[in-house]
Amino acid sequence: MDTVVLARAFFGTSLAFHIIFATLGVGIPLMIVIAEILHQVKNDNDYAIMAKRWTKAFAVLLGVAIPSGTIVGVQLSLLWPGFMEIVGKVISLPFQIELFAFFIEALFMSIYVYAADRLPKFFRIISVILVAFGAVASAILITAVNTWMNTPDGFKITKDGTIFDVNPWDAFFNPSFISSAFHVSVTAYMTGAFAVASVGAYRLLRGKLSKNESMYHKKGFLLAMIVGLVFSLISSFSGHHSAQILHEHSPEKLAAAEGLFETQRYAPLSIGGFTDPKTEEVKYGIEIPWMLSWLAAGKFDTKVKGLYEFPRETWPPFYVHTLFNVMVGIGFLLLGLAAVALFFWWYYSKRKMRPYPRWLLFLLIFSGPMSMLGIEFGWIFSCSGRQPWTIYRVQTTAEAATQSQNLAPLFLLFIGLYVMLGVLTILILTSYFKRNPVSKEFEKYSGY
Amino acid sequence: MNEEVIAILVLWTFIFIYSIFGSIDFGAGFWAMVYHEHRTSAGKIANRFLSPTWELTNVFLVLLVVAFVGFFPKGAFTLGTVLLIPVSLILFLLAVRSAFMVFSYSVQGYRKTMFFISGICGVLIPALLITVLPVSQGGFISGFNGRDVLLIGKLFTSPSLYMYILFGLTSELFLSSLFLADYSKVSKQEGAYRLYRGNALLLGPLTLIAAVVTLMFLQPEANWLIDNLYDQRMWFILSFLAFLVGYTSLWMRNSDMDTAGKPRLALLAIVAQYGFASYGYGMAHLPYIVYPGLTIYDAFTAKETFYSLMIMYAVGLAILTPGFYVFWRLFLKDKRYLQQE
Repeated sequence: MDTVVLARAFFGTSLAFHIIFATLGVGIPLMIVIAEILHQVKNDNDYAIMAKRWTKAFAVLLGVAIPSGTIVGVQLSLLWPGFMEIVGKVISLPFQIELFAFFIEALFMSIYVYAADRLPKFFRIISVILVAFGAVASAILITAVNTWMNTPDGFKITKDGTIFDVNPWDAFFNPSFISSAFHVSVTAYMTGAFAVASVGAYRLLRGKLSKNESMYHKKGFLLAMIVGLVFSLISSFSGHHSAQILHEHSPEKLAAAEGLFETQRYAPLSIGGFTDPKTEEVKYGIEIPWMLSWLAAGKFDTKVKGLYEFPRETWPPFYVHTLFNVMVGIGFLLLGLAAVALFFWWYYSKRKMRPYPRWLLFLLIFSGPMSMLGIEFGWIFSCSGRQPWTIYRVQTTAEAATQSQNLAPLFLLFIGLYVMLGVLTILILTSYFKRNPVSKEFEKYSGY
Repeated sequence: MNEEVIAILVLWTFIFIYSIFGSIDFGAGFWAMVYHEHRTSAGKIANRFLSPTWELTNVFLVLLVVAFVGFFPKGAFTLGTVLLIPVSLILFLLAVRSAFMVFSYSVQGYRKTMFFISGICGVLIPALLITVLPVSQGGFISGFNGRDVLLIGKLFTSPSLYMYILFGLTSELFLSSLFLADYSKVSKQEGAYRLYRGNALLLGPLTLIAAVVTLMFLQPEANWLIDNLYDQRMWFILSFLAFLVGYTSLWMRNSDMDTAGKPRLALLAIVAQYGFASYGYGMAHLPYIVYPGLTIYDAFTAKETFYSLMIMYAVGLAILTPGFYVFWRLFLKDKRYLQQE
């Protein structure tokens, strides 16, 4: 592999690993906040137990999220020095503000975890709200840098690469920032909810629960389903809006995502299949006539640009069509599952019956991992769909990459690190919750 | 003062703050390993400090990198290219250390492993961090086919590097001993206090010797620095005076315990000692970030970016200060936390 491909594989692996923990790190705190508030409102200790157990899981995940985030942040300079030189001049502002958000999260996380028993209730809730705020703010600010790579703004550059006329705030609020940052946040909330739902579904399906435990898991599961439904619904709208931004600002990315070669009005939407590089068309896909034009700008006669419109060497790879489809497909599947689950709950609990059929619980065990997969596919789509550019139409990935030659052994070292951390995280979480089952928690709270 | 100088002043201040907090953090990890199962509460005290704080210290390290990229993008380009291997190793060790710190609080079985890993990393990470200094002084980078390459063989066989590491490690252990002595005193743990005070008494003179020896072993390419350091001698005299104040205050009478010493005063004076010395060193190093190829003027960011960064630092500081205050009250002052069993 040449250095550029190696650098991409290396950095991609680091990000793919980090994004799991980062996404849960945004999603789970929201669930904790909701549980803490429900505990106060309903005066039901089950919610306090939920908050406590989710916090424990969150703390473990944060233990990986922080160092893996540190790795990603520093590796940017190590693997993409050419890129960071421009970043430093133009878009270092959100990076820096992100640090403050990160400080807020780390400060109040320590306070919430290590000082909860010494704090008044009110302050405890404020602490956990600030943790959740810090987490989502970090995600939004980092997304600002990524969106700036997709739709760069706020500077001018001469042919020889001198940068002038910098406006850091314009770079920050680049055209795709608001839409993408919103999409990143709501999909993270959706993933956090489905991660909780997965665990709940597993417990409910396995049965052998005491009455208390069953009540506890049902409450948690229902809460996760409601939050999951709300945020997957919002995600679908915000995803749609993001695609419209693509139509406006990154037409070749949209064309590659849809496998569209000819520029046309009344463009069809192709779902599934793959883009055949020889015949230059989508094979085995389902075509919905006129739909793409309508989705792109709300009118059937919208002109959608095809790949032939652009020089061949700037085409994104064809596989982004599949990435895009999987991301969208997972989104709709989860939206449907959550809606069905809530329908069953509404229908059966009125009739005092067991609310969820077993097949549904079985499917919902996979909702958390699937949601995470959707996030991964979305990020890979966003970044490979921008190729060959690192900064769209400003800097190619090859120009940005490091020229150091010894990447391969380091890459292997870090793959080993990620495997080890991943395995350890799973072991730690399972062994902790096995030794501290919910039933133990009820004993502690029975004195209230 | 022009913008470049203000930027390097801010950045250097961050580096100084991190070097103090980092020393205390990594040092506490080291002492927690050494005094694990010690008859005094020395190990416990080190851990009690570490649990809530290591994440913040880690965030500060990222802040350094981000501030460096923001203020001096070309510097990030050069050092990013050159330091690929040492910095990757630091990242690797940091990840292992942080993960085990968290895991050990969830699963008791990991405690021993954690103490060991965190203690070893507490020595290795600072040793690798300090390699930046000799590299920045010249002689270890060669231009090769138009790109900069670190002469890694030359660096790791150079006595200068090992003297720096020696100086770095003695300083780390000195500062962390002093800090933990103070922390033990606030926690009313006389046994632990006596132990950490003893360490500090031993390590203090060693740091001075290490500093002098490091200067004697500087690589020949760094001769420019020696002359500049001599011009900054006022800072080093002040630094030495601060050391005398700090060191002697470890023998002053104290009202709470039988063992002598005013560790809070000692800690503050020694921090001042390092403060004076690092500003002296920093001034001598100017205008170079990396000698001889890269000055703060070549590396500087866009002016507009500089101003917006400065404004945001002010805003961020204003927002965070109350948070830090609450944090300090809860973990460094609150007797319910400090004096728990």
